[in-house]
Amino acid sequence: MRELSLNILDIAQNSISAGASLIEIEVAENTAKNELLIGIYDNGCGMTEEQVRNVLDPFYTTRTTRKVGMGIPLFMLAAEQTGGTLSIESEKGVGTRVKALFKTDSIDFTPLGDVTSTIIVLITMNTDRDFIYTRKRDEQSFELSTVQLKEILGEVPLNEPEIAQWMKDYINEQTNILLGGVTQ
Amino acid sequence: MKSLAELQAIKERALKNMTARNDSEDSTRIVVGMATCGIAAGARPVLNAFTEEIARRNLKGVTVSQTGCIGMCQYEPIVEVFVPGQEKVTYVQMSVDKVAKVVADHIVNGNIVTEFTVGSVAK
Repeated sequence: MRELSLNILDIAQNSISAGASLIEIEVAENTAKNELLIGIYDNGCGMTEEQVRNVLDPFYTTRTTRKVGMGIPLFMLAAEQTGGTLSIESEKGVGTRVKALFKTDSIDFTPLGDVTSTIIVLITMNTDRDFIYTRKRDEQSFELSTVQLKEILGEVPLNEPEIAQWMKDYINEQTNILLGGVTQ
Repeated sequence: MKSLAELQAIKERALKNMTARNDSEDSTRIVVGMATCGIAAGARPVLNAFTEEIARRNLKGVTVSQTGCIGMCQYEPIVEVFVPGQEKVTYVQMSVDKVAKVVADHIVNGNIVTEFTVGSVAK
């Protein structure tokens, strides 16, 4: 994967396959510690302890657990090659929490890339699910929640082109403010 | 600044323009493979390019959706086009540059872009 944002898209697809109705995505930077945390949390069907062990192994999966293949191992590799870690907590019938920690000052750190695009694809392709995207940088943060957007929009679907454009502009604008760019 | 108030205005506008959507049998479906293999090969920008081109041309009765691994990972990004009453067409090794041509030739004018199909690429 050329960007971590593509890993996020890939891992979130597992949550969708797991039947999650709510998927939370967290991207949090700690600039003092040169760390980046990426979390994908869902309320899907969850996994047994054995399944959790297996998804970490790229050579075990494909046939038996078709929903998960190379996705988690690739994400784990991206984290570990920076000196970071990946963890999965999962409980059958409750959900799954995937957390990856990256050392951003490592030469092997993969750029975060276009997270906005990942979020927009997830939301517009899965209008029957809810997504909460939280972007943090040190003490500051912003959030986009489809639960809130759906309350405003009523029967107008989130994949309506003008709505998708608004969400894209909103996330980009908020991200710029967060990263200390444009502030007007 | 983008505000939620602005979203309210977009909603009012959308409600006026929304004609009865027919996402059912008589709509053309564009399906992009979005498993690990597809995503790694560049499916995300391809999918975005399709939705943007459909919106730009204001095409009605065309939906863009995603699916899992289609089973030919080496030919990703793979895009399947389902036109009602016709056989499925499978485009392989798609890129953003190819999207406008597929939409113009195939979706709008009904001419399959043979050189991008799995039949031409996979010999």
